Amino acid sequence: MYTISNKLKTFSIILIVLGVLGVAYGFMTSHKSLEEVKTMLAQDGAHGGGHEATTEAHVVAGVENQDDNTHDENAYDATADVEQGSHDDGHAAHVQEQLAKRPWSAMYVAAFFFMMIALGVLAFYAINVAAQSGWSPLLNRVMEGITAYLLPGAIIVVAIAVGSHYIGHHNEIFIWMNPDVVADDKLIQNKSSYLNIPWFIIRAVIFIGGWSAYRYFARKFSIAQDTAEPGDNRYFKKSFRIAAAFLVFFIYTESIMSWDWVMSVDPHWFSTLFGWYVLSGMLVSGVTVIAMVAIFLKSLGHLPLVNDSHIHDLAKYMFGFSVLWAYLWFSQFMLIWYANIPEEVTYFVTRIEDYNLPFFGMLVLNFLFPLLILMNSDYKRIPWFVMMCGVLILVGHYIDVFVMIMPGSVGDQWFIGIPEIGSILLFAGLFLLVIFSSLAKVPLTVKNNPFIKESEHFHY
Amino acid sequence: MEESSKVIHAIYTDDDVLMAAVKKVRAERYHIEEIYTPFPVHGLDKAMGLAPTRLAITAFIYGVIGLVVATVMMDYIMIEDWPQNIGGKPSFSYIEGMPAFVPIMFELTVFFSAHLMVITFYLRSKLWPFKEAENPDVRTTDDHFLMEISAGHNIDEQFDILRNTGAVEVTLIDKAH
Repeated sequence: MYTISNKLKTFSIILIVLGVLGVAYGFMTSHKSLEEVKTMLAQDGAHGGGHEATTEAHVVAGVENQDDNTHDENAYDATADVEQGSHDDGHAAHVQEQLAKRPWSAMYVAAFFFMMIALGVLAFYAINVAAQSGWSPLLNRVMEGITAYLLPGAIIVVAIAVGSHYIGHHNEIFIWMNPDVVADDKLIQNKSSYLNIPWFIIRAVIFIGGWSAYRYFARKFSIAQDTAEPGDNRYFKKSFRIAAAFLVFFIYTESIMSWDWVMSVDPHWFSTLFGWYVLSGMLVSGVTVIAMVAIFLKSLGHLPLVNDSHIHDLAKYMFGFSVLWAYLWFSQFMLIWYANIPEEVTYFVTRIEDYNLPFFGMLVLNFLFPLLILMNSDYKRIPWFVMMCGVLILVGHYIDVFVMIMPGSVGDQWFIGIPEIGSILLFAGLFLLVIFSSLAKVPLTVKNNPFIKESEHFHY
Repeated sequence: MEESSKVIHAIYTDDDVLMAAVKKVRAERYHIEEIYTPFPVHGLDKAMGLAPTRLAITAFIYGVIGLVVATVMMDYIMIEDWPQNIGGKPSFSYIEGMPAFVPIMFELTVFFSAHLMVITFYLRSKLWPFKEAENPDVRTTDDHFLMEISAGHNIDEQFDILRNTGAVEVTLIDKAH
């Protein structure tokens, strides 16, 4: 039986307190008057002198390569826009809104990131139960413990999304929630039968209800199987059946959830493989957290039967899902880049222009590092090695969520500063507190599971 | 060196018995020349103390070579040699057009990695068409396991040890012809 240590409790509470301070700071500094925004933009314009010069230098280089004048004209327009824009009231009002959205978006990104870990773990758990995998039962309790964050986490995500509309003025993370924007926007109007707040909430209730119901019963049956008579596998069979049913429900709701909670931040844009893309990020960060929590608990001596081979298996999943994520990222990017249809390509244009470093940096963190570091079979068995790689993967996938959400809400006014880090600390503290309290409630090793013996003797 | 050309063949009918025999023979410090089995026996290489394979390392190196070949090839063809405007795709530098080259870079990496590794395997294990089979006993491809150890000074003692490990047949073979 694991008991949550006071040290861990204090640590998570410190994280939460620091996080709340950071978030509060973010909200206090985000509401600027139009005048303040104008002076800020004017100062930026003064700094931006060098910026314009580089733009022009680039154009000259372009002209050398191409004889037609299209480049020239575009460049002129772009420069004119910047100059005009900095004196423009409309532009200043736009920037003012983006600044007001920043603390909301920062909270949303962090909240979604931790919710997505819990959901990924739940899906991974259901897959292992439905596949009757022989290696995983020793880790069942770890996975069940991590999924405890799903219900509070998902409610927080929806609360932030909807709260950004009802609290404050014009700081919606999702612009389709802003009636003034919808009034001038034919495209969003056509989607308003799907993208409207009541329907958004109803869908969210269905998703969260379904996921939490599965989580509740899976855990109930898992605990009931502990005290079952030897040979009595009724609860095991029940958990198998609901896992299979949940996976069907999950793949639909996960897809719709990713349109609602992530893709609709850019309501003019759509992508068909977006649901899978979000899913792959979710699975890889979920498996990473399972590995990290398992290594942590093992180092405290609570999982004596978990051996190198279990860690090796988890690390293989981290490797495999990282590559799957990269595959889906690239498939989405390359198809849109290749066809270059204006209505689709704006999504990547804003990301490459305004988020260049995070957008390509996360590829290094989420693909290149796991690919090279976790390729060697021996390294996958070294706990601290998996731990370090896990940290990189989690940072990478936070940035992934950041780059999915932020361009649609704050545009080029992004920065990873106090509001963002505060939000991460806040939800990290909450996450640790919830999952470790849940882990402390029941024994960490399941009993009477038909596959537990196989799992105990699992070796690769 | 008359003795060194002589080997003892011990035949087993069960892989578990074979594993126990391998451990016993190694504990007695006799050198196992070779083991013939009809199918892979899990853990046999570890029990025999064979060095781990380095085939995976060669595969990685071959993959890197494939990636370099793909990159250099397409950089030369598409960017250096004849940078045409094909459907508006940028051909000013390799990195600008790279997404379109990635499928080929990936496939050539896998192609080189897989094929060169297989060829390495054939070379290292000396396998090729029309190679004469080196099978000491035809039953080892069906349901028998054969351990070959070099005969030492005390052949009778070796025979006793092998019989005690559950060998169904122990024979002294003179390899010198």
